[in-house]
Amino acid sequence: MSRPAAVQFTAGELALVRRLQALYPDKRAALLPVLQLVQDTFGYISLEAEEYVAGLFDLPPAHVHEVVTFYTLFFQEPKGRHVVSVCHNLTCHLEGAPTVLAHLRMRLGVDVGATTADGRVTLLAVECLCACEMAPMLQVDDRYEGNLTPAKIDRILEGLE
Amino acid sequence: MAERILTRNFHLPESHTLRVYRETGGYEGLSDVLAMAPATIIETVKRSNLRGLGGAGFPTGVKWGFIPKGHQGPVYLVINADEGEPGTFKDRYLLEKDPHGLIEGMIVSAHAIGSRLAFVYVRGEYVQPWRIFSRAVQEAYDAGFLGKSILGSGVDLDVVVHRGAGAYICGEETGLISSLEGKKGWPKLKPPFPAVRGAFGAPTIVNNVETICHVPHIVQRGASWFAALGTAGQGGTRMYSVSGRVARPGVYELPVSVTLRSLISEHAGGIANGRRLKAVVPGGSSAPILTADEIDVTMDVDGLKNAGTMAGSAGVIVMDESVSIPEALMIVARFYAHESCGQCTPCRESTGWIYKMTRRIVEGRGRKEELDTILDVARRGAGTTICAFYDGAVGPYISYIEKFRDEFEALIPK
Ligand SMILES: Cc1cc2nc3c(=O)[nH]c(=O)nc-3n(C[C@H](O)[C@H](O)[C@H](O)COP(=O)(O)O)c2cc1C
Ligand code: FES
Repeated sequence: MSRPAAVQFTAGELALVRRLQALYPDKRAALLPVLQLVQDTFGYISLEAEEYVAGLFDLPPAHVHEVVTFYTLFFQEPKGRHVVSVCHNLTCHLEGAPTVLAHLRMRLGVDVGATTADGRVTLLAVECLCACEMAPMLQVDDRYEGNLTPAKIDRILEGLE
Repeated sequence: MAERILTRNFHLPESHTLRVYRETGGYEGLSDVLAMAPATIIETVKRSNLRGLGGAGFPTGVKWGFIPKGHQGPVYLVINADEGEPGTFKDRYLLEKDPHGLIEGMIVSAHAIGSRLAFVYVRGEYVQPWRIFSRAVQEAYDAGFLGKSILGSGVDLDVVVHRGAGAYICGEETGLISSLEGKKGWPKLKPPFPAVRGAFGAPTIVNNVETICHVPHIVQRGASWFAALGTAGQGGTRMYSVSGRVARPGVYELPVSVTLRSLISEHAGGIANGRRLKAVVPGGSSAPILTADEIDVTMDVDGLKNAGTMAGSAGVIVMDESVSIPEALMIVARFYAHESCGQCTPCRESTGWIYKMTRRIVEGRGRKEELDTILDVARRGAGTTICAFYDGAVGPYISYIEKFRDEFEALIPK
């Protein structure tokens, strides 16, 4: 869920930030967990959010920007309500990832990297999710789904609001 | 059937709970182990021939011995649960099905190296494993297995579960430390090795999930028992992740003396659909490829090294005769080009260039001299970078082309 207002944590969220910072010998180590919290709260990590987080950590905004852009799970733009990430690494490729991607492109009407016009689904192709025993597989939000067939993919899509 | 150690409870429906873990003997020997001298535990682990199971195969007890003697101040234990090596999925099973096995391993290992604060770095995509493991950590705190003076022993341990955010390079131990410190995951030049100067500037031991899960069993059942399960240079069993064109893909825990042939044909059910084997990657995508004629090797660190490849993470990717090796290399090359962290020039430039060349070849637009260009570029960069990521890319570049050159040449227009 996202809260698209100005980037500002509530008192409860700020208390959580301080708890996270206190877990480590150096509070800056909580940067990734706090960025995760920003993304969970606001949907993505805007430049404004980077500056806000930099303030919480006494870090230059450039440091936060460098971190946000380094990791694939941080989104700098709004994403869909659901993210479907298809593994296209070796085993999944051998077991049919190209067909899975083609089926999803057709059903969703978007290319890899794009979000459907109604904001429902962002489609991504990603590297090995380390579930190669269920290849071809994908991640939909928090969940892994494997041994994909067109029918199974359709069922997964039907379950997404 | 050989004895299974790490996966013995996987078939039990609630194997991840403290209740089932204790019913099957978990934490039973912990009090006695915490009463042992740390040096005795390190010596036992050394004699057991336990080799790191994350990829590098370094002897675990020897690494623990690198912490400077007489060091004052904190020491950290960091568990590498950033599983990302293509073809590998064993740590996911351990986090989900035996989280208390890892926690008990951490308690014993932390006691051995004198660490009172340990971190578990879980890859960001592993949401379900992270939830299950975090719940287990809470259970362990509530039951007095973590925190101050564990079981009244005077030994303390706190565990912080830390999530990554998507970057293969953070599996490399110094990249992992950078990431844990809140930075981008750039590896650091060694020396200093993490055991001397690691996370937050303190001596740090980074070990793989599976490595640490072995430790309580070794300490309780003895070094010779563990050593005898394996080969001369490596003790124990390990978890082989088998995927690709086999009848039964999955995790197989077997003594490291098992042969690749037996792993594929007996344990994983042979090649699917009655086809013939063509090639196997035996240790995750960074391991050089083996042809169908090269699978009578034992799956221990030395056996695979002697066969010109590596045990790596024990991710076994099986390809049958219908698989195009040039296409497989293109997929692998795309991975390394995407995941290069960009710090070292040879890696940053070569991985991108080699991906483009393999892609051109697969698309029928390659030039004959490009195969030698790939080999040349690959060889020049090997060993010149800060971390082993690029060497892990070079292994497949060279071996796929050298062993299947005909297939590449057939795609190149005359
Ligand atoms: C590019 C690269 C990626 C790696 N990825 C992992 C990984 O995902 N998990 C892991 O345990 N070790 C990984 N390693 C190995 C670690 O650097 C380190 O050797 C290991 O975590 C040490 O633990 P061990 O001795 O118990 O194996 C990787 C190494 C390299 C060079
Ligand atoms: S190749 Fe897709 S999960 Fe590993």
